[in-house]
Amino acid sequence: MIRILLQIFRTGIVTESLEPADEAKIIIAGRALEKKVQERFKRSLAIRFVDAGSCNACELEVHAVNNPIYDCERFGIHFTASPRFADMLLVTGPVTRNMEIALKRTYDAMPTPKLVVALGDCAFNGGVFGESYSTIGGIDKVIPVDVFINGCPPTPSGILNGILRAVAR
Amino acid sequence: MSGKTGDILKFLISKGSSEMDGAVNGALACKVRRDLFAQTAKDLKDAGFRLVAQWASDETFFDRGFGLYAAYSAGADYLIIMADIPYENPNFPSITRHFPSAYRFERQIHSLMGLNPLEHPDLRPWIKHEDWPEDAHPLRKSFDGSRKLPRVKNEYHWVAVEGEGVFEVAVGPVHAGIIEPGHFRFQAIGENIINLETRFGYVHKGIEKRFESLSWQDAVRLAGRVSGDSTVAHCVAFCMAAEEASGCAPPLRAGYLRAIMMERERIANHLGDIGAICNDTGFAFLNHQFSILRERVLRTNARVFGHRLMMDCVTLGGVVMDVSPEGVRHILDEINMLKGEFERLIRIYEDNPSLEGRVYGTGVLDPETAKALGVVGFVARSSGQSLDVRIQSPFPPYDRHIPRAPLLSSGDVHARAWVRVEEVRDSLRLLKEMLDALPEGPLAAKWSMPPPEVSGFSAVEGWRGEIVYWVQCGGDGGINRCMVRDPSSVNWLAIEQAIKGNMVPDFPLCNKSFNQSYSGHDL
Repeated sequence: MIRILLQIFRTGIVTESLEPADEAKIIIAGRALEKKVQERFKRSLAIRFVDAGSCNACELEVHAVNNPIYDCERFGIHFTASPRFADMLLVTGPVTRNMEIALKRTYDAMPTPKLVVALGDCAFNGGVFGESYSTIGGIDKVIPVDVFINGCPPTPSGILNGILRAVAR
Repeated sequence: MSGKTGDILKFLISKGSSEMDGAVNGALACKVRRDLFAQTAKDLKDAGFRLVAQWASDETFFDRGFGLYAAYSAGADYLIIMADIPYENPNFPSITRHFPSAYRFERQIHSLMGLNPLEHPDLRPWIKHEDWPEDAHPLRKSFDGSRKLPRVKNEYHWVAVEGEGVFEVAVGPVHAGIIEPGHFRFQAIGENIINLETRFGYVHKGIEKRFESLSWQDAVRLAGRVSGDSTVAHCVAFCMAAEEASGCAPPLRAGYLRAIMMERERIANHLGDIGAICNDTGFAFLNHQFSILRERVLRTNARVFGHRLMMDCVTLGGVVMDVSPEGVRHILDEINMLKGEFERLIRIYEDNPSLEGRVYGTGVLDPETAKALGVVGFVARSSGQSLDVRIQSPFPPYDRHIPRAPLLSSGDVHARAWVRVEEVRDSLRLLKEMLDALPEGPLAAKWSMPPPEVSGFSAVEGWRGEIVYWVQCGGDGGINRCMVRDPSSVNWLAIEQAIKGNMVPDFPLCNKSFNQSYSGHDL
């Protein structure tokens, strides 16, 4: 136990401000956001994550958003296990034929306003995998998308920024 | 060639098979008659070989039918057994009875290439789901990969367990956490799991078919996205297969930089995994601590290599970017920081009785089963199988900076965590040694298109284990077929065995300790 306590003191607070450019955008988004998050989401935004066919690189960066350095919970953002009480659907990958139905069902299970954020270049247009017998392409071919976040994979601060952009819409 | 491989090759030739000199670069190859394909598998099994991969290639372009291939290994060499399969009568004797890992390879060959493994115990579709038209075989040349397939009505028959008190838990493809999609179906009595059946294919993106339509340069990019967490290792493996095919040898500095990136990839993933295993026991503190270390490694990657995961840093013939002396210093400083921090956290892991209670004796993959299934990588090394491509079949500089692969035999969650701990320590050592010895020289050798029909084979040790590529050049200078075998293709079988008798709530923990790739498996 003493080691754990020592390590906690040694670590201190590692959570960082976002990169200056992102920080500025977030302040802009933040003003509009404050009111909206309070009104719409009772100060917290629940995200349901779905991998609709990604290579797993985007998932690694979504994990990073949850680490103490980016700490998405400070913005009231948290990931939830069920679509039933999710405000936002965060989707990666080109949609594969074999995930199309599962993605639609997850979307259908959400309550409105059903914000959808498509994460990564493949989620935009299929990326390096294109469209084929097995991939349908971008997420918007299957469900309506509010915000696209580009990058292969997007950086953690890019992801946070995109999520906040979607809320501010 | 090692004695064992030489002996078996002589034996096969004495039985009427013919050695194929130069057909597959990077491995030994031997052609057998189709009806002897299974008998040869048995001979190789008796001689102590393991099955590495099995695949088929549509060779109508070369005025043949299909080529059926199986790669085996016993130590340093890879031996490829090949048989010609006529187009009109695409049957072959199944080797599943000799090698259980062929079970899914053959289901996949059946589903995607349309060959029939005779006497295979279970020919339900694999990767291909039940709503695909049955006659859709995407890997055949006659199949237009850009065509959308209609959905048909059909049913997938699950393995059923009957009896009083048996109930079923179905999980996925959409999971509760931030992970890839797959379906797990448990039959349990009370808390105890009697049987687990996995079903994948949800992230099948048609990668192998896609390779055939891409230029070689674009193919490198695609290889880097087969499994995003192993982007460097997959790129290196693809490039090495293409280099074998064309007879190109990358310069030594490129070899060093490839190895340095691969060791960094190993460290980053292991740090994440050790933390995630702790998290699944409810010990979030260590997860956060390890994720801080992982983040530091990724940031150094971005600074030194220009990308957090080091995507697209490897190319045909070498690497695309250099590391400056400042970059070297930066990595060396990071090694010093990591060593101290890592050991402090590992003391906490070792000290924690509630963690111990969860990880010891959970999800045991015993050495015998591990051997029978032919598992690779840290899963193998946690279950007493001494397999590491970096040691058995190294590319320079691994021949002069030799890894010390840890070996445990308890095969439980703790063993899989602890092998990773030892590997982080060893990778830090290797990283420092390689940086100290980093030779000067060019970053890439000139790579030229291989001649038609020639193929190249490669195996590298990614952080999950042995990654295998076989790439065959087409008549038009493009790729006729690219076979990808991620370690997950064999290791996923093991989790079904390791979970039996465990509690349902321990499944996430067991699964995390394996952490196999869905994308690398589904392709």
